[in-house]
Amino acid sequence: MVAVPAPGSAAATTQTARALFVRRAAWRWEEIAFWVLAAASYFIFPGHLVLITQAMITGLFVVSLDLMFGYAGIPSFGHAAFFGIGAYTAGILARDWWGDPLVGLVAGALVAGLAGAICSQIVARLHGIAMLMVTLGIGLICYEIANKWNSMTGGDDGLQGMQITPLLGRFTFDIDGKVGFIYSFIVIFILYLAARRLVNSPFGLALKGIRENVRRMPALGIGVRAQLALAFTISAALAGVAGALLAETTQYIALEVLGFDRSISVQIALVMGGMGNLIGGMIGAIAYTVLRDQLSLINPAYWDFWVGLILVVIVMTGTGGITGILRRTVDRVAARIKR
Amino acid sequence: MADFINILGAGVAYGVLLFLMAGGLSVTMGMMGFANLAHGSLSMLGGYIVVMLMNWYGWPFFGALPMAAIGAAVAGVLVERTIFKRFYWGNQLDQVLLTIGIVTMTVAGATFVWGAVPPAVHVPEFLEGRVHAGFFDIGSYRLFLIVFGGALTAAMVLGLEFTSFGAKIRAAVDNRRMTVSCGINIDRLFMLAFAIGSALAGLGGGLAIYLVGLDPSFPVKYLVYLLVVVVVGGMGSIRGTLAASLALGICDVVGKYYIPYLGAFIIYGITVAILMVRPNGLFGRGGH
Repeated sequence: MVAVPAPGSAAATTQTARALFVRRAAWRWEEIAFWVLAAASYFIFPGHLVLITQAMITGLFVVSLDLMFGYAGIPSFGHAAFFGIGAYTAGILARDWWGDPLVGLVAGALVAGLAGAICSQIVARLHGIAMLMVTLGIGLICYEIANKWNSMTGGDDGLQGMQITPLLGRFTFDIDGKVGFIYSFIVIFILYLAARRLVNSPFGLALKGIRENVRRMPALGIGVRAQLALAFTISAALAGVAGALLAETTQYIALEVLGFDRSISVQIALVMGGMGNLIGGMIGAIAYTVLRDQLSLINPAYWDFWVGLILVVIVMTGTGGITGILRRTVDRVAARIKR
Repeated sequence: MADFINILGAGVAYGVLLFLMAGGLSVTMGMMGFANLAHGSLSMLGGYIVVMLMNWYGWPFFGALPMAAIGAAVAGVLVERTIFKRFYWGNQLDQVLLTIGIVTMTVAGATFVWGAVPPAVHVPEFLEGRVHAGFFDIGSYRLFLIVFGGALTAAMVLGLEFTSFGAKIRAAVDNRRMTVSCGINIDRLFMLAFAIGSALAGLGGGLAIYLVGLDPSFPVKYLVYLLVVVVVGGMGSIRGTLAASLALGICDVVGKYYIPYLGAFIIYGITVAILMVRPNGLFGRGGH
């Protein structure tokens, strides 16, 4: 028997709070469905592993943006900066010194996280449009650096000549992308679990509070700037891992990893999937990748139009993206069944 | 020294050009608080209207310019009535996402309608040459821009910062309920302000294309510059936008001439630095 504390006592409050956190942290069915399907795709689409791997890496990148935009409310037009920093760190490391994939991953996360920590000191002081501007500036500056620093990054031609050694010294990256898929899947899944843990912690709750009402948070004893800076830094490090993963699995880096287009498309993917619930980032990335693929098959020049239209419709109808629609549909069906 | 002054002249002309496009954004985003990233799309529309009327129908340049303003105003009001209106009092991030979607659509739409190839842009002959005065030497068109821009700036500052119209808009943004209870029709007020902002965008676009060229990526290319001048200048301040436009134009032209390898760094570096010191911009009115 568990002792039941007296109602109203401090112990009871703590217990209620704990129960609340546990309930919030419960796995939702769409999360389980996504990960089961993602794992199953290895067997269902063996011919498309490279594409699926890239979509999942984009997913991690979108999840990193969700942490700071969906949860903390920091908009960014330059998140590709950290993705690119991670990619170039892993790439240059593998080209000039050490080709171990896990080392590259950690290095990518550290360097991107460090860059994020520095930038966060600027970004966390601002709000709204000014945040957007500064992140935009950071993104464009990083792009210019990579573009001009030819000897290091290969500039416009991209970075070539990465020597990736076998994973754990045993599994060589193959042309079908099998090892790349499994490697990326495991890394992304672990980081997803970590991100989940983070947003369901009191820290995650504080971020949501800041997003909803910045002025009230200091009254609860929460330092807004420090929390925002931490969220930004973690998000940057995650984006760096995503970039490093892409560099290692494709063994080539195009200058485009740092581009403004990438910063925008990651925003669009996040809105498509649904913000502020992590799995929406993964789903949005897959949906965006598939959609772009299909639309550009129909018409290579104007496919953007439909992507823009979808974005406008999602924002106008306030559906909360794919996860929002899914959840509402399921709720409605469940309610009907109950009746 | 003579060189420097001439480069400075080109920089000022470029700054005025930026202001012509950003002035409208200073109204819609700065004063009304609507984060309209699709402002450049309206400028592009103005540009294409000028090109179409001149190249296809043989209109004179000065006949086409007012049409650019009118066309952009009509398009702006159309979108404002159907879409933007519902987002005025909403969350700024929604506005950003919404208008980014519209930018994407207009870029693809312009490629569809006008093709990806930049059209030829003409201006009247008397604006094509150069003007000399002692060692001072400047393209006639640039001089025309500076004069025209100066007049327009004066009109805008007088019309928006010193009239009841401007005061009503600021009042509506600061305290909507109070303004409504004063008997001011906010809906119509905002529509009018948005029309003015859009007309300025179209006019700026029509004037800009001779110097900067026109193609479907125009809205994206100038989005950054437009946002920078409005945010750095300070939201809601026409004079701030003007100062930031001139500073940006001069820094960009002078920087590219004397230290070309630094390229875009100067602008973005200065932007980030200014926002660090003054988060509300140079002439901003404190926190929102």
